[in-house]
Amino acid sequence: MALAACSSPGSAPADTATTSATTSASASADGAPSCGTDPVTLSAYIETGFPLPKDLADEFSKQYPNVTFDIREDQFAVITQNAPRVLADDPPDLMRLPQVSELAKDGLLLNLDSYATAFGWDQWPASQLEQMRVDSEGRRGDGPLYAMGLNFSMTGVFYNKELAAKIGMTEPPTTLAEFDDALAKAKAAGITPIAQFNGGATGGLAFPLQNLMASYGDPAAVNAWIWHAPGATIDTPTNLKAAEHLQQWISDGYFADDINSMDYATMMSRFIDGKSLFIFDGDWESGNLDTQMAGNAGFFLFPPAEAGGKFAAMSAPLTYGISAKAEHADCAAFFLDWVATNEQARTIAVKVGGSHPMGPSDAFMPPVDAGTVTAETLAAGAQIGADNGSMDFIANATGAIYAKSWTPNLQKMVAGQQDAQGLLTSVQADYESQIGN
Amino acid sequence: MEQRLAEAHREDPTEQYTAENRRRALRARRLRRGVLAMGLVVPAAVAYGIFVIRPIALTVQYSFYEWDGVTPSTWVGLANYAHLFRDPELYGSILNAFQLIVWFSLVPVALGLFTANAIRGFATSRLAVVSRTVLFLPQIIPLVAAGIMWSWQLSTDGLVNQVLRLVGLGGVTRAWLGDFNTALPAVGVIGAWVLFGLCMLLLLAGMTKIDPALYEAARIDGAGPVREFFSITLPSLRQELVVCLTVTIIAALASFDIVYISTQGGPGNATLVPGLEIYYLAFFQREVGMASALAVALMVLVLAVVLPLQRISREDAS
Repeated sequence: MALAACSSPGSAPADTATTSATTSASASADGAPSCGTDPVTLSAYIETGFPLPKDLADEFSKQYPNVTFDIREDQFAVITQNAPRVLADDPPDLMRLPQVSELAKDGLLLNLDSYATAFGWDQWPASQLEQMRVDSEGRRGDGPLYAMGLNFSMTGVFYNKELAAKIGMTEPPTTLAEFDDALAKAKAAGITPIAQFNGGATGGLAFPLQNLMASYGDPAAVNAWIWHAPGATIDTPTNLKAAEHLQQWISDGYFADDINSMDYATMMSRFIDGKSLFIFDGDWESGNLDTQMAGNAGFFLFPPAEAGGKFAAMSAPLTYGISAKAEHADCAAFFLDWVATNEQARTIAVKVGGSHPMGPSDAFMPPVDAGTVTAETLAAGAQIGADNGSMDFIANATGAIYAKSWTPNLQKMVAGQQDAQGLLTSVQADYESQIGN
Repeated sequence: MEQRLAEAHREDPTEQYTAENRRRALRARRLRRGVLAMGLVVPAAVAYGIFVIRPIALTVQYSFYEWDGVTPSTWVGLANYAHLFRDPELYGSILNAFQLIVWFSLVPVALGLFTANAIRGFATSRLAVVSRTVLFLPQIIPLVAAGIMWSWQLSTDGLVNQVLRLVGLGGVTRAWLGDFNTALPAVGVIGAWVLFGLCMLLLLAGMTKIDPALYEAARIDGAGPVREFFSITLPSLRQELVVCLTVTIIAALASFDIVYISTQGGPGNATLVPGLEIYYLAFFQREVGMASALAVALMVLVLAVVLPLQRISREDAS
């Protein structure tokens, strides 16, 4: 204890992490890895409250009876806080991961490239795995693969069909101008156009803002910024137009007037109760909305600025990784491959997870009832794939950029204390100082 | 030591009591008592050392490093502390905490004094027991529950705004926790509500030990209730007031739970307090060094405010 207290903090665990990372990466050199036939217990550290990983684990154990799961659950915030410690001190075989770049840079995650080759993951649409690639500088988008998705989520705009009919919106808007028109009509009809959570430390206005950015500009440029491409800036002319557009929505009164104190749950309950026309949200709510607003909820991708333009959306894999010190790395990788390729697993990913499964674009898709929100979000996933419009979320650029930069600045914008240019300048300054260290 | 004790026993029956022997026996008894005392103190002292002293020492050590909590750290000397005074977000959180003192400390103590004095007036009736219990209840509610409950009440359609609309003040209704001007006071109100009961109970307990003869004498001298309060009650309560202020000021400066639940520091850092900032720095920004520096600064600040208070109470006692 005395020794540990005198040496500088953090030197010991990092050494062990780097050495074991090299040994376990070479373990899978021969042939396609599998779980073998001997009894294996995979230790998994997952996010509580979501049945998908457990249902997948149960099905896997049914198909491969020699594999059992030892599952530990925590809230995502807890996982985020403890990720480096858990990966270093109590390495799980499978773990739900927050943003991967620092974990990968610190040598805590297993490099999955050899598995990607062995299982053929490198033949999938490249955009699916881009977000989980990290280079030696900790920049994402390129380099070795450090994680895998159980599925990938899709964001866009949900709308209330009854309220839409009242303002004469029969088809989802196809251009930004049509969307603006719907907002104005709703406002005039006394309907709250958009309920969007923006309270506490979660500035939900980042959703429409990023949609506007991709509508005016190039989604690849937004990704470059999120993934720390050298010289990338958020303060670009098209992003400024997007931020000004958002500010215009605020001053036109298109958002509920209490969004600065609205949390996510409040937004959902207001939308489900028919108190707002639109919300910006993701397909993780598809199943929920199909149950609670059966037939009355619709989904569309945020429209491009010009008619016929390409669609873009925030889309992220439900990221799972393997610890650099995992005991059963081969089996864990085999499980991740099974999730993306097994028909039963893909069905569970859609039915339970509500999102599009990972894997090749022509892979098996389970049948979904037409007219449901789930069908619409899955179709949107295909559209985004075709337009190559998948974006990571601007809130993921650094560990603190969401809570400490986007959120306070967007809240200030709602209160009239920040303008579009100030928002971008301020976030860019925080981004640079956070990346600098 | 034991050997010497044994010797004393062996010599006792054969030899005459001498001054030397008596001194030895005395020393042995003192030793035995010392060992017993040590035995009682050591477990607590060890626990204190491991769970209080060591973390504080480590925090001080970390504050001189730039460290993400996992990988090797870099010695940066006092750079973290220098940054603390330059970054408006960091020192802003400390300023917010000082504003909270008004709500967490001054308001509950003032209200507590007033209420305790009122309750003392009908101390023997059943009403006193009931009001004491009701007013103390917030203190036994977990802070998280209090935060959630109040964030509902202070929301756009919450109880507070409903009442305001009912009495014709619909114009001032707003999302109290989402408004830049009212968020910090709104958080303060939650804290005042929680701490009020504790202050009242402490002060009421203090009042019961004031000699009733003093009041009688004052009344014979023609003093009214106001004069009684300022000349007898208030001066007699100095010790309790200092305890109340100490506890509540620490609660204000080190606040975390209520803010975390009700606003998470928002909107736009309007309710950011050091406790929350330390949490964000350590667990979201992974700047353990910076978080430690702010924690050390907060500890020094708490001591700087609270220690002089203790001196006031001690001077008063002597």
